[in-house]
Amino acid sequence: MEPLLSVRGLKTYFFLDEGTVKAVDGVDFDVHPGQIVGIVGESGCGKSVTIKSVMQLIQKPGRIVEGEMLFRHQTDDGREEVVDLAQLDPHGKEIRAIRGAEIALIPQEPMASFSPVHTIGDQIMEAVLLHQDVSKEEARRISIERLHEVGMPNPEQRMKAYSWELSGGLRQRAMIAMSLACNPRLLIADEPTTAIDVTTQAQVLRLLLDLQEHHNMAVIFITHDLGVIAQIADFVVVMYLGRVMETGPVEDIFFHPQHPYTKALLESIPSIYAPAGERLPTIEGSIPHPFSRPSGCPFYPRCKAFMPGVCNAAAPELKPVNDRQTVSCFLYD
Amino acid sequence: MRDDPIPGSEADARDERYADLTALSEWDQAKLGAQAIEDTEAIHVAPNWKLTWWRFKKHRLALGSTLVVILLALIVLFPGFFSTMDPQKSRAQQSFVPVQTIHFFDEGQFRPFVYGIVGKRNPETLRMEWKIDEEKKIPVRFFARGFEYEVLGLFSTDIHLFGVKEGDIEENPIYLLGTDRLGRDQWSRLMYGTRVSVSIGLISVFISVLLGVLLGGVSGYYGGIPDLIIQRMIEILQSLPAIPIWMALTAAMPRDWSVEQTYFAITLILALIGWTTLGREVRGRFLVLREEDFVMAAKLSGCSQKRIIFRHMVPTFYSHIIAAATLAVPVMIISETFLSFLGLGLRPPAISWGVLLQEAQNLQSVALAPWLLLPGVAVIITVLALNILGDGLRDAADPYSH
Amino acid sequence: MTQYIIKRLLLLPLLLFIFSVFAFFIIQAPPGDFVTSYIAELAASGSSMDQAQIDALREQYGLDQPMIVQYFKWVGGMLRGDFGVSLDWKRPIMELIKERLLLTVLLGAFTFIISWSLAIPIGIISATKQYSFIDYFFTIFNYMGVATPTFMTALILMWLAYSYFGISVTGLFSPEYVDAPWSLARVVDLMKHLWLPALILALDGTARLARVMRANLLDELNKPYVEMARAKGMSEWRLVLKYPVHLAINPLVSTIGWYLPMLFSGSVIVATVLNLPTIGPLLLRSLTNQDMFLAGVIVLIYCFLAIIGTLMSDVLLAWLDPRIRMEA
Repeated sequence: MEPLLSVRGLKTYFFLDEGTVKAVDGVDFDVHPGQIVGIVGESGCGKSVTIKSVMQLIQKPGRIVEGEMLFRHQTDDGREEVVDLAQLDPHGKEIRAIRGAEIALIPQEPMASFSPVHTIGDQIMEAVLLHQDVSKEEARRISIERLHEVGMPNPEQRMKAYSWELSGGLRQRAMIAMSLACNPRLLIADEPTTAIDVTTQAQVLRLLLDLQEHHNMAVIFITHDLGVIAQIADFVVVMYLGRVMETGPVEDIFFHPQHPYTKALLESIPSIYAPAGERLPTIEGSIPHPFSRPSGCPFYPRCKAFMPGVCNAAAPELKPVNDRQTVSCFLYD
Repeated sequence: MRDDPIPGSEADARDERYADLTALSEWDQAKLGAQAIEDTEAIHVAPNWKLTWWRFKKHRLALGSTLVVILLALIVLFPGFFSTMDPQKSRAQQSFVPVQTIHFFDEGQFRPFVYGIVGKRNPETLRMEWKIDEEKKIPVRFFARGFEYEVLGLFSTDIHLFGVKEGDIEENPIYLLGTDRLGRDQWSRLMYGTRVSVSIGLISVFISVLLGVLLGGVSGYYGGIPDLIIQRMIEILQSLPAIPIWMALTAAMPRDWSVEQTYFAITLILALIGWTTLGREVRGRFLVLREEDFVMAAKLSGCSQKRIIFRHMVPTFYSHIIAAATLAVPVMIISETFLSFLGLGLRPPAISWGVLLQEAQNLQSVALAPWLLLPGVAVIITVLALNILGDGLRDAADPYSH
Repeated sequence: MTQYIIKRLLLLPLLLFIFSVFAFFIIQAPPGDFVTSYIAELAASGSSMDQAQIDALREQYGLDQPMIVQYFKWVGGMLRGDFGVSLDWKRPIMELIKERLLLTVLLGAFTFIISWSLAIPIGIISATKQYSFIDYFFTIFNYMGVATPTFMTALILMWLAYSYFGISVTGLFSPEYVDAPWSLARVVDLMKHLWLPALILALDGTARLARVMRANLLDELNKPYVEMARAKGMSEWRLVLKYPVHLAINPLVSTIGWYLPMLFSGSVIVATVLNLPTIGPLLLRSLTNQDMFLAGVIVLIYCFLAIIGTLMSDVLLAWLDPRIRMEA
C-alpha cells in the first residue's frame, strides 16, 4: 500500500546569531494509512521540529533547507493527489487547506494552546468553520458531538467554558476534540501524555486508540517514553540528534533492536525484576552542545560499539537490515 | 577510546544543566537553542552583573546613549568649564544676537574662528538687528581663559573648554547659541541649566527609588496591615492627576524662597508623587519572592530577616530597579522643565531648561529668535538618550521578560 | 460583574472626599491669600489700601475664617451646586468652567481616538514585521515621540506655522466664533481647529502606546495558542488579529484609566502655549493669582475625571478579559 506521508531527507535548520542549529539533519520515514507511527527519542533529538516541518509551522529563524515530504492529499472532487509539503508556501492557501482538515495537530501543552480569552466552544467551532462550509448552528452541533465523542461530560455546557476552567485531563480531551473536528486523515500528537499524570495518561491513550480505530486515521505519536510506545505504536522511528537511527515494527524494535542507541535505550528502562541494590543502567555521556555536534555518526561519542576511524569519519545512511527494519549504523554496512 | 569534544570535568555541570532543559519543550529548545545553553552555562560560571553587561554590550544604540549620558554627567559636574561667558550677565546692547557658528578651517588650515557681528538698531521696531561682519575674524582657542567660576565648590579657576584667543571674551563675544532678550549668552546658560535640570531629575528619582523600595518592600514582605495601608496610599496617590497636583504644589512655594530652597522643594514634590509606580512593582516582586523556595531555604538556615531581604531578595531585582530608575529620570526632567516653563517651578535667577524655555513662551519671541528653542533640543536629546539607555538596561537585565 | 462595578461606584464618594480635602489644603498652602496678591497687584500699579479696607475685603470673601470653616463652606456650597465665585474674574465659577470643560473633554476625546487609532495598528505592524524597515522607522518615531515633550512639539509647530506659513495656530475658534452661541457653523469651525492640538497631544501617547503594544504582541506571538491557531489552518492576519492582539491589548486597556486623566491634565501645557480656551490655562492663572476657589474646583475636577477614568478602564478590562471577571 502506498504511504500516506513519505518524508525523505528532511533538513530543518535554525539560523541563530551565534550559529546554526541543525535541529533535523536528514530524516526519512513513512506513514501508512491507519498506521500509528511512534517517533521516540531523547529531548532535543528533533522530534517536534520534524512534525512541525511536516505541517510547515516552522517560523524564523528556522527553515526547511532540504528534503521532500510527499503527502497524499484529497482534492475537492474526492481524488487523491500527491503533493510535496516541503514545496508549499508556509503562509499559502494550499497548506492552510491541509492544516486542520487533513493533517491535525495535538500540541504538547493543551493549556497554553487554547486562547484563554475565548471559550473552547468558540475555538472548536472555528476549527470546523475554517474547513467546512456549514452554518454556525451546524458547526455548533458538530462541536458538541465531537466533545461527546472524546468523553467530555456535559458537552453542551462545556462549550461555554474557558480552557483554564477545565482540569488537565478534560483540557486534553477538548484539545483532541478540536483537532478531530474535521476528520483528519493524519493526526500528529506531540507528546500528548507528557504533561499529565499516569492514570489520566492511560485514559487519554485509550481514547486515542479508540478514535484512531473509529476514524481510521494515521497517527504520528511523539514521545520520549518507551512504555507509551509499547502500548500504542504499530511502527517505531528512533531519532537521535536530528537523524533517524532505526525504524521498524514495534515488536522488532523491542525484541530485536539493531542500533546500539536503541539497545541502550531499552537497557536503560528500569526493570521491576532487577535485583535490589543494582545500579540503574544509563547511557554514558550526554547530549552534545548543539553547536559542537560530533562529525560522522551523531551517536559515536556515547556508543559502546564505537569503531574509531569509521564512525567519526562519515555519517551512516539509513539502510534496511531485513524486510521490516532499517538502521543507520556502520555495524550493518 | 573516546574523542569527546567537551572536557570531562564539566560533564556533571552539563548534566545538571540539561535537567533544566528537558523541562523545556523541544520547540523552545530548538528556538532558544544555543542561546539558552550558552546563557545557562554562563550563569553557572559568571556573576549576575557580568551577564547583564555582556547582554548590554550587544545593544549598540544603548552604548551610544551611554556616551551621551556620560557627556551630560560631565556637563552637570563642570558646567563652568564648558561655558564661555558669564551666564547671569545681561548685556543690554546685545539682545537677540543670533547663533554664531564656529568655522573650523580658515583658508585650509585648522584655525577655528567665529565671524564678528555688527548690530544696528532698527529705527521702526527699535529692535537690534544683527549681521555677520566677514571682515572681523575672532580666533577661537581651546582651554582659554574666561570668567572665574567654582569647581564643585572646591576651588576657583578661569579655564574654559574654549574661548577667544586674544583679548577679553566680553569685547569679542562668542555667542554659540545666540543671546536672549537681555543679552545673556544662551550657550553658557544652557550649560548651567543642564546641571540644574539633570540633577533635579537624578535626585528626585533617587528619592523615589528609596521611597519605592522601602515602602514597597515593607508592604510586600510583611503583608498584613502595613501592606493594606501602604497599598491604599499608593492607590490614592496614583489616582491623583499628577500634573495639576504638581502645579498646585509648586505654586504653593513662597515667592521669596531662595533658589536652593525652591530647588529642593521641587525635587521633593516630584519624588513624592512619582515613587508609586516603583513602589507597586517592588511590592509585587516581594509578594512573589516571599513564596520562593530559596527564601524558605534562607529562613530555614537561620538567616535574619534583614539578611534575607537585603542579601537574598533585593539582589534579584537590582538590575530591574536600575532600569526603571533610568527610565524615570527623563519623566522627572520633563516635569521640572514644563513646571518652570509655566512659571511655577524654578524662577530666575535660577537657570534650568524650563526657565530658559520660558523666554520662548510666546509667538513673538519665538518668531524673532528661534534659537531660544534650542534648550528644548537639549531636553529631547537627553530624554532620548536616557530612554534608550534605560531600555537597553531593561533588556539586558530581563532577556526573557521573566 | 455588576457587583464589581457597584463596589467601585460606592468608593467614589469616599475618594472624592479625600481628594477634596487634599485639593483644598493644597490651594491654601501658599502663604497669604487672594487678598495678599490683590494688594500686590494694586501696589504694582501704584495704589494701596489701608488696613481697614483690607480687613473688610477679607471678611467679604470669607477669608478671615478658620481653615475648617472655609473648607466646609466650600464643600457645602459645591454639594448644593454652588461652586462659588472666582475672586479673580468676579464671576460665578460654574459659568467660567462650563464651556471650557466641554472643550477640554472634547479635546481629550479627540486625542484619545487619534492616538489609539494610530498606536494599535503601528504596534501590530511593528511586531509582526519585526526588524523590517517599517519596524525600524516606527521605532525611531516612537522614541522621538516619547522624548519630545508635548509643549516642545507645540512650540515648534507654532513657530513653523508662523514663520513659514504666516498662520497663527492658536486658539480653538476663528475670531468671529469665539464668543458666538453654539451653531453648526461653530462646530465645524471647532473641528477645523481642534485637530492640530489633538494631534500634538496624541503624538506622545501614540508613541508610548505603540511601543507597549509592540512589546506585548511580541510576547504573545511566541505562545503556543498562536501556533495552534496556525496549525488549525487559519490565515496569518486573521489569527494574529483574533488571538494575540486581543491578549496584547488587555494590559493596554488597563492603562486607559491612567491615560485619560493624564490626557486631560497634560493638555494644560499645550493649551497654555497655544492659548486654548480649556480649563488648563484657567488653572494656571488661578494658581498664579491665588484665586483659590477656582483653583480648588479645577483641581477637584481633574481628580474626578481621574477617578472616572480609572473606573472606566477597570470595567473595560473586566469586559475584555474573562479571567478578571471570574476573579472579581
